[in-house]
Amino acid sequence: MIEVISEDRCTGCNICVNVCPTNVFDTVQGGIPVIARQDDCQTCFMCEVYCPDDALYVAPQATQVTGVTVAELERQDLFGSYRKSIGWVRGGRPRPTPEIMSRLDHH
Amino acid sequence: MIAIGRPVHDALQLPDFGDLTTGFRPYQERQTMVIPSTAANIAAPSASLELDADVLVIGGGPAGTWAAISAAGKGAKVVLVDKGFCGSSGATAPSGTGVWYVPPDPVRRAKAMNSRWDLGGRLADPAWMRRTLDRTYENVNHLAEWGYPFSDDGNGRSIRTSLDGPDYMRLMRKRTKSAGVKILDHSPALELLRDETGAVAGATGIRRQKGDPWLVRAGAVVIATGGCAFLSKALGCNVLTGDGLLLAAELGAELSGMEFSSAYAMALEGGSVTKTRFYEWATFTFEDGSPIPGAASKGGRSVIAKALATQRVFAQLDKADAETEQAMRYAQPNFFVPLDRVGIDPFKQRFPVTLLLEGTVRGTGGLRIVDNGCATTVPGLYAAGDAATRELICGAFTGGGSHNAAWAMSSGFWAGSSAGDYGQQYRGRNRRYVRAGGVGIADGSGRAIDAAALTRSVQDEVHPYDRNYQRNGEKLEDSLGRLDGLWSGIRTAQAASLGEAQRTREGVAMLATSRWMYRSALSRTESRGMHKREDFPKKDDAQLHYTTTGGLDEVWIGRERAPSPELEVLAA
Repeated sequence: MIEVISEDRCTGCNICVNVCPTNVFDTVQGGIPVIARQDDCQTCFMCEVYCPDDALYVAPQATQVTGVTVAELERQDLFGSYRKSIGWVRGGRPRPTPEIMSRLDHH
Repeated sequence: MIAIGRPVHDALQLPDFGDLTTGFRPYQERQTMVIPSTAANIAAPSASLELDADVLVIGGGPAGTWAAISAAGKGAKVVLVDKGFCGSSGATAPSGTGVWYVPPDPVRRAKAMNSRWDLGGRLADPAWMRRTLDRTYENVNHLAEWGYPFSDDGNGRSIRTSLDGPDYMRLMRKRTKSAGVKILDHSPALELLRDETGAVAGATGIRRQKGDPWLVRAGAVVIATGGCAFLSKALGCNVLTGDGLLLAAELGAELSGMEFSSAYAMALEGGSVTKTRFYEWATFTFEDGSPIPGAASKGGRSVIAKALATQRVFAQLDKADAETEQAMRYAQPNFFVPLDRVGIDPFKQRFPVTLLLEGTVRGTGGLRIVDNGCATTVPGLYAAGDAATRELICGAFTGGGSHNAAWAMSSGFWAGSSAGDYGQQYRGRNRRYVRAGGVGIADGSGRAIDAAALTRSVQDEVHPYDRNYQRNGEKLEDSLGRLDGLWSGIRTAQAASLGEAQRTREGVAMLATSRWMYRSALSRTESRGMHKREDFPKKDDAQLHYTTTGGLDEVWIGRERAPSPELEVLAA
C-alpha cells in the first residue's frame, strides 16, 4: 500500500489526491498532501504513475505496512520506477523485436 | 425463501420528493428542493449540486466512457459520475488487457467464436458474439484514430489486440471530456430516482471530497459500475462492490448468470497484482519444494485453490527463457512491480502465491439485458461492461480479460447510443422525481449499519475457496442462512451519515450481490464453466438455460431460454 510521500520531491500539486480511485489522500492547506486513509489503499500504483515528481512510493504488500523509508527508496532508486517501466517518461520505452514479442503468442 | 418473480417495489418504502417538475436546464442552474432523509441530512440544500441531463452514466471505466461518448454523439447532454476518478478507477486502468479484436475475415471470426464456445459451457449467443466482434473492431480502430499508441509489428501493421490500462483510460477520459460530457469525480451514486411511471429518472449521491450531495435528473441512466470483487484487493477492484447492481435492483431490474461469479486470480502472496497469464510458464510447488500434482494456472487452478486452503503454494516461472522474460516485461510491466520491489527473481526463485477473488469482475453474471441496445427490464435504464451479464458473449466462463474488454467497449457503445436517443425524449417534459433507494439510505427505526462489520461478514461467506470456488449445496445453504439473516438485520437501519453513506451502500450492495450469487449457484445443480459444484460435478445438458434473479427482501430465481445455436456457430 501507499507508504511514502517524499517531502523533498513533492511540489504539492495534489494530482494524487484527485487520481486516487479510493480517496486515500487529503490536501493540506499550504502544504503537501497527507496519506489520510492508508487502509483504503488498494495497491493499484495509479498515484505513482500519475505523480509528475516521482514523490510517491507504493509498497507491493497490500495488507501490511513495511515501514520503508525515503532514504532506502532513494538509495535503491525506486521513486518513479514504475512510471518508467510503463513508458510514461520522455522517449517512452523500447519495444523488443517482433520475434521476441512473439514468444508470448502461442504458449 | 425463493419467491418467483416477486416485484421489489412493494417491499420498499419510497419517500417522495414532492413535485419536482422541471424541464431541461443547463448544468449551472440550481434549484432548491426538499429531499427527505439522508440527502437532506448530508448538507444544506444550498450546497448541493443539481444538474439536468439527457443521460447520466454511472461509472467511468471503459464501459462508462464509451457509453458517455456514444450518447454525446447522439446529441445528448451527458453527465458521467465516478466514485473514484474517471481515468484511474476500475479494473482496467491500473492493468493491461488483451482485446478480442479480430479482423472481419470470416474464417478468423468463426475460429474466434468457436474457440470460446465450449469454454463458455455453450451458453454464449452467436449473434451477440458476432456483433461484439464487429463493434470491437470498429471501436479499437477509433482508438487508433484518436492517437492511442499501438505498437508496430515490424511490417508496418499496428498490433491492436492489447491495450495498456493507464494509456487507454487516460485517452478515454480525454475523449469523454472533449465530447462535451461533464465528469464528476469522487462522486459515488447512492440511489436512483424514478418517475411516476416507474421509469428511471436520474440519481443522487455525494461528492466525497466536498462533503455535499449531488443530484442529476436524467432521461436515461447507464449503469457502468463494473462487477463485484468484494474488496479482495485484486488489482484495481476495490471500487467494484456491486453498487450498480443494487441501484438497478431497487428499481426492479433483473440479473442473469450470477452463479458465474467464482473467478479467482493469482498474485504474489500478500500482493495485489492479479496478472495470471504469465503463470502459464510456472511450476507450482509445496513449501518443501515438491511439485503439486495437477497444479496449473490454466486447467489446474482448482488444485492450487485446494492446496491453499491448508498450506502455502509456491510458483517459479521456470519455463520461460531470457527472451521470453524480455517480452513479458514489456507486455505486462505491472506483473513485475511487486516481485522486483521485494527482491524476487521469479524466473530463478520460488515465490509464494495466493488467489484473490475477482467475483463477477472476471465472472460473467450481471444485469440482464433485454435488447440490442443493452436495455435492462426497467424503462430508461441501460447496463454496460462488467455490470451487465457477459453470458451473451462468454457463456459461463471468461478466461482472460480480452472478452471483457471487448464487451465493455461494445456494450458501452450500444448502451450510450440507445440511452442517448431514449433520454432526449424527456427534454422539457414534466416528471415527478421519487427516490428509489432502500437499505442504508431510507430512514428506518433500527440502528445505523456498521459498514466494516457488514463487509467482513459478507467476505467470510464469499472469499473462502471451499465455499465459492468449490461449491456445494450444503455450504451454499449454510452461507445463505447467514446472509439472509444479515439482510433482515439491517433492513430497518436508519439512514447513514454523510461520512458513512458510501461505505454503507457498498456493504449493502455486496450483501445483495452475494445473495443473488449463492441463490443462483444453488439453483444450478450441475458444474458448468466456472460454476463448480462438488455435489454435481458433471455438466447436465438439461440445464442449458440462463438463471435470472433479483429482489432484495426476498431473492427470486427464474430461468430464461438460452439460444441453441450450435449449428449456427459451426456454420459461421
